[in-house]
Amino acid sequence: METGKTKVISVLVENKPGVLHLIANLFRRRNFNIESITVGPTEQPSVARMTITVNEDEKTIDQVIKQVAKQIDVLKVSELESGNFVMRELALIKVKVKDSKERSDIINFVDVFRGRIIDVSTDSLTVEITGTPDKIDAFLNLMKSFGILELARTGITALARGAKSITIDQ
Amino acid sequence: MVNNALYIATSGRPGPVLIDLPKNIQSGVADIEFTNKIDIKGYRLITQPDFAKISEASDLLTRAQTPIILAGGGAIIAGASDEIVQMSDLLMAPVATTFMGKGAFPETHPLSLGSIGMHGNPAANRLMGEADILLAVGTRFSDRATANLDTFAPNAKIIHIEIDNAEINKNIEVDVPIVADAKVAMKMLLAATSKKLKKGEGKEWSKRVKDVKEKLSPLMKDLPKDLVPKTLLNELRKLLPENGIVTTEVGQNQMWSALYFKALKPRTFISSGGLGTMGFGFPAAIGAKVACPDRPVVDIAGDGSFIMSEQELATSITENIPVTVIILNNSVLGMVAQWQRTLYDRRYMAVSLGKVPDFVKLAEAYGAQGFRATSIAEFQKAVKTALNSKITTVIDVPIGSETDVVPFVPPGCGLPQQKGDY
Repeated sequence: METGKTKVISVLVENKPGVLHLIANLFRRRNFNIESITVGPTEQPSVARMTITVNEDEKTIDQVIKQVAKQIDVLKVSELESGNFVMRELALIKVKVKDSKERSDIINFVDVFRGRIIDVSTDSLTVEITGTPDKIDAFLNLMKSFGILELARTGITALARGAKSITIDQ
Repeated sequence: MVNNALYIATSGRPGPVLIDLPKNIQSGVADIEFTNKIDIKGYRLITQPDFAKISEASDLLTRAQTPIILAGGGAIIAGASDEIVQMSDLLMAPVATTFMGKGAFPETHPLSLGSIGMHGNPAANRLMGEADILLAVGTRFSDRATANLDTFAPNAKIIHIEIDNAEINKNIEVDVPIVADAKVAMKMLLAATSKKLKKGEGKEWSKRVKDVKEKLSPLMKDLPKDLVPKTLLNELRKLLPENGIVTTEVGQNQMWSALYFKALKPRTFISSGGLGTMGFGFPAAIGAKVACPDRPVVDIAGDGSFIMSEQELATSITENIPVTVIILNNSVLGMVAQWQRTLYDRRYMAVSLGKVPDFVKLAEAYGAQGFRATSIAEFQKAVKTALNSKITTVIDVPIGSETDVVPFVPPGCGLPQQKGDY
């Protein structure tokens, strides 16, 4: 993921069926590519938050935000300002293990990256790692030399820094 | 939900709303509290403009040497016509409309340029390139209106009044965006501008407008004596009262109407732009007649488009909703044929309709009146009879099957590259 150009859009939507399709379909119709999308409930059960990352220029992002905001099921939308938000992504990585030397090397790397081993077998380890996409990319690079058997990444979720919040006024 | 749907459908930028009612809900019984309270969290209209933007816009307008006002369909929806006329008088600014904005400004007004675009009035298309300030009201700058964007109003600073924020900077970059109800914004802009500007300045520009109009749109002085679309639409204007309603089908009939039928009041010219739905005009005419039973309603049709909803003759007869249909009958899907002729070297494909049906007999088969007009005199007589009778009338007007709609801006070209005479 190219975090340099990637923009993160936080969207609060009605938590009801069909809304994800509505947003995804809007992106399809306008020919905007979604890099990643995460959806989950917020502190208000009737409201869900979508965190969408897109890799587009300013003008396109401006259009994306306006088109998303126009949807009636969308309650609020904003672009998270670069450097002014926290974001995390979770990755699960299954790594091939040849011998005990490799096993201890991997465990050392996992410690450095503050990951966790969540499953072990005789010839593999499954690692959970959380962080910015950059950090996960760096960890994956290290694991490549051992051999990545399987990989799942969630895409990022994000919140604005400090007391500033994107919420719905009741 | 129905309340909300109706509110969404009729407010802001209006449009259809689909309510999906499953069968068990349709036939179910429930206690319902009827309420007029509308509260949709995700639908908040911005109707009041940002005053700083109004002020910025009025500064631009005050300094303008060659201002043009462009009124779109949004100006009609918002009911901003009076304000546009006043603003035009104040600035001595000519007014062009988009196709959907036709009727927002009286087209017989000395400062009216008619509609811009692919089949726009040459004066409007020419002068758009000379504007230093463009005041656009309720328009999305559709490609049919602007043609190639690189040559659209290249010298103008653009003020864009629009209710839908998503239309701002979408097709064209603007200098002063004003998201608001067009009427509210125009009222404020008028007030702000009239403080800074004396009425009646800008004589030089209005003289230039007059010259260009005379040169490029010679007021249709030399109308052909045959019953061709240009003459027919000019005659129809004379026969219809100011508040008479015209709908059009989609195709050449529609573009001829845009070019040659002068709309004088808002909501008297109803047509399907954007999606361009063939078969729209006749049912729309019936709808208009139901809404305004005391005003004459005329559908300007083509044969191809009319046959797509000709069965509505049954509705108009059985429900007693009398309208007049004028079919410009060229026995061909004319607009597509025109493109095949002019852009694809006459390689005609699936456009010929033949000389069937006989529309006079078709009308009579439904119990409507049918006439055929082949001369101006016959046309005048048929329209007068239709307008004075209380029954739906179909007037079939045979025209040449290779008649082009000109002027025409070929696809990909800019407004100044218009071909053909008005």
